[in-house]
Amino acid sequence: MKKVHFSEIKGDSAGYLSIVGILGLFIAAGLGAFWYMEHNGHWVTGMNNEVVWGIPHVFAVFLIVAASGALNVASISSVFSKAAYKPLARLSGLLALALLAGGLMVLVLDLGRPDRLIVAMTYYNFKSIFAWNIYLYTGFFAVVIIYMWMMMERKMNRYTKAAGTAAFIWRLALTTGTGSIFGFIVARQFYDSAIYAPMFIIMSFSFGLAVFILVLMAIFGGTGRPLGDAILFRLKNLLGVFVAAVLFMVIIFFLTGLYATEHHGVVAFILNGDNIYTKLFWVVQVILGSIAPIAILYNPVTGTSRAWIAIASLLVILGGMAQIFIIIIGGQAYPLILFPGMEVASSFTDGVVASYTPSLPEFLLGMSGVAVALIIVTLALKVLQFTPNSLADADVDPHHKAAA
Amino acid sequence: MSDNRLFNEKRRAILGGTAAAIAGITIAPGIFLTETAQARPADQPVTDKVRWGILINTNNCNDCNDCVTACQQENGWGMGSDDEKNSQANQKAQWIRTVKISNPETGYAKTLPMMCQHCEHPPCVDVCPTGASYKRVDGIVMVDKHICIGCRYCMMACPYKARSFIHENLTDQRSYAPRGIGTVESCTMCVHRVDDGKDPACVEACSTSMIFGDLNDPNSEISQELKRHGGTQIRADLKLNPGVRYQGLNV
Repeated sequence: MKKVHFSEIKGDSAGYLSIVGILGLFIAAGLGAFWYMEHNGHWVTGMNNEVVWGIPHVFAVFLIVAASGALNVASISSVFSKAAYKPLARLSGLLALALLAGGLMVLVLDLGRPDRLIVAMTYYNFKSIFAWNIYLYTGFFAVVIIYMWMMMERKMNRYTKAAGTAAFIWRLALTTGTGSIFGFIVARQFYDSAIYAPMFIIMSFSFGLAVFILVLMAIFGGTGRPLGDAILFRLKNLLGVFVAAVLFMVIIFFLTGLYATEHHGVVAFILNGDNIYTKLFWVVQVILGSIAPIAILYNPVTGTSRAWIAIASLLVILGGMAQIFIIIIGGQAYPLILFPGMEVASSFTDGVVASYTPSLPEFLLGMSGVAVALIIVTLALKVLQFTPNSLADADVDPHHKAAA
Repeated sequence: MSDNRLFNEKRRAILGGTAAAIAGITIAPGIFLTETAQARPADQPVTDKVRWGILINTNNCNDCNDCVTACQQENGWGMGSDDEKNSQANQKAQWIRTVKISNPETGYAKTLPMMCQHCEHPPCVDVCPTGASYKRVDGIVMVDKHICIGCRYCMMACPYKARSFIHENLTDQRSYAPRGIGTVESCTMCVHRVDDGKDPACVEACSTSMIFGDLNDPNSEISQELKRHGGTQIRADLKLNPGVRYQGLNV
């Protein structure tokens, strides 16, 4: 296999500068929304005492889950020694760091008292998965930065596999921690299930790879560097597998719920309710986000078209956002069951489905997290050698035969 | 001259005697009139010899809402404060509420007050990342407003929806019941009253249905009543062992 060369991107075109400018605007809008929410209090948002986590958390959890999944490509090259993925490992690590930074920013800025971040970093209750997550998230930065250093400095290359393995294990722990935020909640009908940890791991594979594919196509399309079919088609086939795996987990989750009479209420609420969650589940999560991408990616015509691969990746992301919205918001909207079988009413919305109307500041904050992730990648590509000069078939595929 | 000295000595004696009498009158009440309050003295730590609990007899609950009003006035939320004018109804804090339950098959209906259940194994304490949500050794579960970062994870974890988040700036707080924007709060079992030997405000206001006392003391009124007529816990299946018990919940 040929040696891969990396170089910084030029980053002086009008297109590049406009991207940075637009992302900057989104970030400014998000910071403005943060100031507005923090200064006035959360009454300006749609979040309330029933639905305490809203759109910002949907964005944050998606970004954090995608971050751990984005590292997958690097892990496949270092841990599982697949040479074809090696040129992508640096971009994979960079994207993982950027997505996590964006997600954490949104999470921290939505706190009731973000000025007490230092308290969160000095007072720990280690029975709380949140406390573990603080270490897992910040440790991820350290582990991945070290991993990338091993990759990018010639002298340290012999440690790449060890660092990559450490990063791989760390990201599994991190995603387990993220899924367990919901899995450890005994109180709510939609949570309290061990499946959340592995399901979030599989979700991270799927969402992270979809984001990676889109970012890869954007970088190589934007810089004019060649991106061959060999590597792209490997990635898109892998994405199809991951999307199918997530769908499997979702099916198992609901089948189990359907079997247990105790859970019929919440399962009916999500699968067959007269509400937004049912519509999002079937139309966006299942059809658009799972079945359509699988069909697109494995169809011989659409599966070999760059445009369709990009569309499929976008649909996976859309379906993923819907899935996280249903988990976070739907799980809170369904009432707590204190008196099974009884009709319940109070002044504090006992016994009724909670209402939640997302507000503009929440969307702006969430989108600024995405913008932060993308701007980190955009700027980093100009500063350091993350981008391979060529991912053309002849350059990456060890078994490539030149076209006759 | 000797007459003067005698007069001076007498004067000193009278003054000395008066001073001693005044000192005695000042100090004596502190020695003879103090009685030990039901709660421990303020400078001694709380112990786990005591476990505070509330027993609510829903058979007698007539939905008068006196418990809610008393809590609001005592702790400065809802009608007991000028604050939270911007928050929507479902954003306003509620420390205690009355819940109406009815059996759709039989038509049997009940009302009961619902507040923080002060669990022995509180999920809110388990999930709090900073330890702001904590349980005192005598069983009262509270939030330390100094270190609450407002993440609302405890609100997700509470099976009883006992907690509220403050969605706007407050100015009308009681000094003994700190409340602040961006933090989470819930019923404190009127810990400031309990530490003073008094009942929580809701119990005191309720004329028919609530008893407060030490669950660890077999001779307390609450323990005697539980022994005679039993009591249930809401969501007992979660094995949280709440300190708030109910009677008459036979829906």
